[in-house]
Amino acid sequence: MAVRKKAAMPPAEPPVPRTLFEKIWDSHVVHRQDDGTCVIYVDRHLVHEVTSPQAFEGLRMAGRPVRRPDATVAVADHNTSTLPVSAGDVDEESRIQIETLEKNVADFHVPYFGMDDPRRGIVHVIGPEQGLTLPGMTIVCGDSHTSTHGAFGALAFGIGTSEVEHVLATQTLIQKPAKNMRVAVEGSLPIGVTAKDVILAIIGRLGTAGGTGYVIEYAGRTIREMTMEGRMTVCNMSIEAGARAGLIAPDETTFKYLDGRPYAPKGGAWDLALGQWRRLPSDKSAHFDMQLDLNASDIPPMVTWGTSPQDALPITDVIPDPANAPDENRREAWARSLAYMGLTPGTKLVDVPIDRVFIGSCTNGRIEDLRAAAEIAKGRKVAAGVSAMVVPGSGLVKAEAEKEGLDRIFLEAGFEWRIQGCSMCLAMNADRLEPGQRCASTSNRNFEGRQGRAGRTHLVSPAMAAAAAIKGTLADVRDYQ
Amino acid sequence: MEKFTTLSGVAAPLPMVNVDTDMIIPKQFLKTIKRTGLKEGLFYEMRWTPDGQKKDFILDQPAYQNAKILVAGPNFGCGSSREHAPWALLDFGIRCIISEDFADIFYNNCFKNGILPIKVSKEIIAKLMDDASRGSNAIIEIDLDKQEIKGPDGGTVHFEVDAFRKKCLMEGLDDIGLTMEKKTDIDSFEARQKDSQPWLHTAS
Repeated sequence: MAVRKKAAMPPAEPPVPRTLFEKIWDSHVVHRQDDGTCVIYVDRHLVHEVTSPQAFEGLRMAGRPVRRPDATVAVADHNTSTLPVSAGDVDEESRIQIETLEKNVADFHVPYFGMDDPRRGIVHVIGPEQGLTLPGMTIVCGDSHTSTHGAFGALAFGIGTSEVEHVLATQTLIQKPAKNMRVAVEGSLPIGVTAKDVILAIIGRLGTAGGTGYVIEYAGRTIREMTMEGRMTVCNMSIEAGARAGLIAPDETTFKYLDGRPYAPKGGAWDLALGQWRRLPSDKSAHFDMQLDLNASDIPPMVTWGTSPQDALPITDVIPDPANAPDENRREAWARSLAYMGLTPGTKLVDVPIDRVFIGSCTNGRIEDLRAAAEIAKGRKVAAGVSAMVVPGSGLVKAEAEKEGLDRIFLEAGFEWRIQGCSMCLAMNADRLEPGQRCASTSNRNFEGRQGRAGRTHLVSPAMAAAAAIKGTLADVRDYQ
Repeated sequence: MEKFTTLSGVAAPLPMVNVDTDMIIPKQFLKTIKRTGLKEGLFYEMRWTPDGQKKDFILDQPAYQNAKILVAGPNFGCGSSREHAPWALLDFGIRCIISEDFADIFYNNCFKNGILPIKVSKEIIAKLMDDASRGSNAIIEIDLDKQEIKGPDGGTVHFEVDAFRKKCLMEGLDDIGLTMEKKTDIDSFEARQKDSQPWLHTAS
């Protein structure tokens, strides 16, 4: 009997090219309604003291447990003191909030990096540091700067407290997919220009609402050549352009960073994971709803002059005149910003005097940031009348900096060297600007009152912040290199 | 969550662009462990001078003290994920915010708290801003079922809203309860993931 040839299979449909975002989204859909609303699975939930108390209370009232304590991690960072405990500068309400978190993690069996744990730090610094952040994951936290973790090719975004409770109870969220935007930065960064300048330039181009409804994938040679820490700075500020999240395709730089981290997979699991992670990058012909291209060589060191992160200009520029604003809305906003910031149109940015310097935050509180600032501070002195502080992003960053002697460099230059935490990025603890004080800050928001009532914030890179501390005015870091 | 079907009330105009969540409720009010009582912090720095004097902010003017609707400039609610922002608005009595567009997280947070955020065109905002500036006699009516805003002069405009979010608001549905009904789906997703990506089920 003749062996019949197996009937040829109908040709397989060519797979639809997908973006990195779409690949992660598709692999996390638990349930899809006809109208496109999805229940998506959450792989990692980061919890902090400020946006979680009401969520745990909700669980308690409904008699619900935390579905996956093993996928959850808690830490106190927002209103912790940056001074030794003996200095006792934690107010009553902050103390209650931290104690409430401690009670909640105990009651609900959630892993917790406690106040005395050397690994404690800003939630977005310790996630990557511990290998809790991995490519292809969905990661959420009751904090808008959760976008930081997108640097690893993880879909990571901030949620409100009701959603925190939803994730604690169900390990899922109800969502509709976002649109795709690709921001490509090509070329090598000029001297003195860092990831912070790149993201400020991008936000300046997109505007503070330009990313609304999108997930931004950052691509191009400039991004690929960045370290993981630089990529985190870029993704961190995606929310300042209004984007739901920022993403960067995982590559060898990502894998090298993660290999051996405490919570990263090991052995066979690592090999298995690696195989899957390598398939995550956007397909070549994947569709993006919007594309923005920048050339790295066009980006100078940047600084913000107003009260929105989109108010970013090259440090060589002058304070803009509302009369030249592109539209009526902007004209009013610029005039309001200038009045709040106490600035006059036409003033050179490098002539704007400062009172304070803050180096730290989830944007720029990692070891490379501190090294960049220390390089400028080394052998120099903080200008008379300027108060400057350095706040490491985590206990491990602090320890590493001290091992490298960076603390000595800062202290000798006249900077304060503090304990890790969010600190003056949002000034929930005692670290805040006095009314009218002007600050060069490596944080992410220059909103009115952000760093203290009537405080004036100029967002810059760590090296630019250090240069400003030395000069006593906003400064061009290239004059100090 | 309180149901949202119809709403009739005074609308306060707030034409600023980019009203951020730090403006809506400054950090010092985030230290609470409750959802209630946050109206004290609502627009705090715009309402009070540093030495505790009232500044005559729009919501403190006699015509708007009982406002239930806010007609706001574009990109309302940008910034942080703090749900304290919608909690504070709700505590004051605001159940509806109308703007050209909203920041994503804030927009989402509104629906979780029985607040209806409505997106309309720039032209409609201009008209509503004008209506709102007429004070306490200018009552605006919202009908969520019909998806209509009725101005004080009787004219109506239609607005779009996601059908699922509309249903949740109109019925005051508890999201968590709804998702709990899909427990079997979640269980099987987890089982599949544990098999294909075991490293996601060992950590922390």
